[in-house]
Amino acid sequence: MKDQRTPLVEMKNISISFGGIHAVDNASVDLYPGEVVALLGHNGAGKSTLIKILSGAYKRDGGEILINGEAADISNPRDAKKYGIETIYQTLAVADNVDAAANLYLGRELRTPWGTLDDVAMEAKAREVMGRLNPNFQRFKEPVKALSGGQRQSVAIARAILFDARILIMDEPTAALGPQETAQVGELIKQLKREGIGIFLISHDIHDVFDLADRVSVMKNGQVVGQARTEDVTKDEVLGMIIMGKVPPKAIPGPGAMQTA
Amino acid sequence: MADITQGNQTQRTQANRARNADENPVKRFFRATEIDTRLLGMVGALAIIWLGFEIMTGGLFLTPRNLWNLTVQTSSVAVMATGMVLIIVTRNIDLSVGSVLGFCGMIMAVMQVKVLPQYLGLEHPAIWIITLACGIAVGAAIGALQGSIIAFLNVPAFIVTLGGLLVWRGATWFVTSGQTVAPMNSTFRLMGGGTEGSIGATASWIVGIIACIAIVGAILNSRKQRKRFGFPLRPVWAEYFLGILGCILVMGAVAIANHYYWPVNIARKYADANGIAWPDGGLLISHGIAIPVLVAIAVGIVMTFIATRLRFGRYVFALGGNPEAAELAGIKTRWVTVKIFMLMGVLCAIAAAISTARLNAATNAQGELDELYTIAAAVIGGTSLAGGVGTIAGAMIGALVMQSLQSGMVLLGIDSPFQRIVVGVVLVVAVWLDTIYRARAK
Repeated sequence: MKDQRTPLVEMKNISISFGGIHAVDNASVDLYPGEVVALLGHNGAGKSTLIKILSGAYKRDGGEILINGEAADISNPRDAKKYGIETIYQTLAVADNVDAAANLYLGRELRTPWGTLDDVAMEAKAREVMGRLNPNFQRFKEPVKALSGGQRQSVAIARAILFDARILIMDEPTAALGPQETAQVGELIKQLKREGIGIFLISHDIHDVFDLADRVSVMKNGQVVGQARTEDVTKDEVLGMIIMGKVPPKAIPGPGAMQTA
Repeated sequence: MADITQGNQTQRTQANRARNADENPVKRFFRATEIDTRLLGMVGALAIIWLGFEIMTGGLFLTPRNLWNLTVQTSSVAVMATGMVLIIVTRNIDLSVGSVLGFCGMIMAVMQVKVLPQYLGLEHPAIWIITLACGIAVGAAIGALQGSIIAFLNVPAFIVTLGGLLVWRGATWFVTSGQTVAPMNSTFRLMGGGTEGSIGATASWIVGIIACIAIVGAILNSRKQRKRFGFPLRPVWAEYFLGILGCILVMGAVAIANHYYWPVNIARKYADANGIAWPDGGLLISHGIAIPVLVAIAVGIVMTFIATRLRFGRYVFALGGNPEAAELAGIKTRWVTVKIFMLMGVLCAIAAAISTARLNAATNAQGELDELYTIAAAVIGGTSLAGGVGTIAGAMIGALVMQSLQSGMVLLGIDSPFQRIVVGVVLVVAVWLDTIYRARAK
C-alpha cells in the first residue's frame, strides 16, 4: 500500500553518533495520521535514540525531519512541542515531588489574569483528563512519588494528550505496568488513533505492541532492517527481523537488512 | 459519560466516609484543617526550646524584651534562609552568602558615608534608598555571575560559591583596605531596628489588623475557588479554627512587641525634647514591631508567593525533583538556575542592609559564618539536601530556632565555645530526626 496522503512525520536518513559509535545510521521512518507504528529492536538497537531526535532530546548529525511534508527544525524539546510532538519516556519523566496537576502542566502552566498559577483550574482539568484515563485515580493532592507505577504512567500519558498532541511517542509505555493497566493503555491508544493522532510505539518486546500497531519498523545496530504492515507478517517473522535482520518476503527491506541473495 | 462520573463521585464520597470513620479524632482533625504536621512539629520544637530556657533562666527568656530582640537578631539570617531554600531545593548550595553580605554591606556603607554625601550633602533624604538600590544591584550582579558560571559553564555550585566565599570576602577587605566604615545615615539605620527603628504601638496594631484581614480573606478566597470547580471543601469548623488561630497568633505577637517599652533614659530624653512632664510610673512608650522584622516578614511573604504561586517557583521545585523531566518538559533549566542565584544575591543585599544598619557600621568581618547559619536554618526548617523539598516558612522558623538557642545560651551565661558546640549538635540531631520522620511518613 502506498499511502497517497502526506505523512505526518517523515524522518529521512537520520544519523547520530556518540564518540565515534554510530548509534543511528542512515535511518528512515514515517508515520501517517491515525496510524500506530511500532519501532522494534533489541536494547541498544538505536530505536530510543532515533526517537529522541524527533522529540528534541538529541540533535541529529545528519538527515532531515519533515512534519506534514515540511522541513522541521527541532533542536530542543520546546521545538518538538511546537510541532505537536509529545513524548512519554521509558524512564517516566515526571517530577516526583509535585502533584499530578503540576506535572500535567509542567512547562505550560495555566495562569490567572494576574500572572499567578491557577492551581484550581489546573486541578479541575487534571481531574477531567485523569477521569477519562483512569477513573479510579483520586490522589490529586499527593506528590507523584506516592503513586504506583501505573498511576504515574497515566499521569505521563494524560500530560501528552492534554495538549492535543498530533504525534505521540511512547517509549516502552507498558513496561512498568500490570496486565490491567496495560490493557487500559491499549484501549487508550485505540481511542487516540480514532482521533487521528499518529503514534510511535517503541519496544524491545514484540508482544507488547504487535496487536496495537498497524506497521512495524525494525532496527538493529543503528540501522533500519525493514518495515512491514502487521497484517502481512507473523510475530515469528518480525522476531527474525529483530534477532537476525532477516527480512520476510512481504516486508520492505531497509539499509540494515541481512545481505542474503 | 455523565453517569460514570456520577457513579465515581458517589463511590468517592463513600470511600471518604469510610476512611474518615476508622480514623481517630486527632488524625481527622489534621486532615480537616490540612495543617502541615511537619511545620507544626517545628513550632512545637521551638516552643520546647523557649519553655526550657524560660525555666532555666528563671523567667528571663519569655519577656517582651528578649522576644523582641530575638526577632530582630533573627531577621538577617531569616531573609537569606528564604533564598537558600530555593537553592538547596534545586540541589545546589551557596557557601558565599556571608561574604556577599559583607561585600554588599561594605558597598552600601561606602556609598552612604563617602560617595553620596559629596553630591547630595549629609543626611539627604534620598541617600538611604539610593544606597539600598545600589546594594541590591550589586547583590543581583554577583548572584547572576555565580549563577551563570554554575548553569552555563557547568562548574558545581559548591566550588563556585566556595570560590565566591573567598573572593567576596577579599573584595570586602579591598574596598576600604580593611577599615571599618561608620556611622550610617540616620534613615538607613531605621532598617536595623532599635528604639528609632520600630513602628510604635498604633502602627503595629494597624499592621496586625491588616494581617488578620488578609488571613480571613485568603481563607474565603480559597473556599470560593474550590467551590467554583466543585472540589471537596474543608469543614466549616476547620475554616473558623484556622482563621481564629491565625488572628490570635498575629495579635498576640503584636501585643508582645507593644509590651516592650523604650528604655528609661531614652524615654526621658524624648520627654525632655518634646516637653512632656515625666510621669511618676515612668513614661511607657511601646517599641511595637521592629522594622527589620517587618522587612523579614515581607520577604518571607514575597518569597512564599514566588515559590508557590508563580511559574518560576513551580519550575524550581520540578527542577529539584527531577532535573531531566524538567528539561524534557521544555523548562529553560539553566535560566532558572541563574535566576535563583540572582534572587539569593538580592536577599544577601537586603540582609546586609539590616545588619549594617543594626551595627551602625560595616566591617570586613561582617557576615562571617552566616553562610553556615543560613544553610543550617534552611535544613533545620525541613529543606532536603537531596533536593525537591523545602518551605520558606520552615526555613524562617529554622532561623528562629538557631537564634533562640544562641540567645538563650547567652542568657544562661554559657561560654561561646560551648554555644557553637550546642548549635552544631542541634543541627545534626535536627536533620537526623527529620530523616526518621520522612522514613516513617512513607
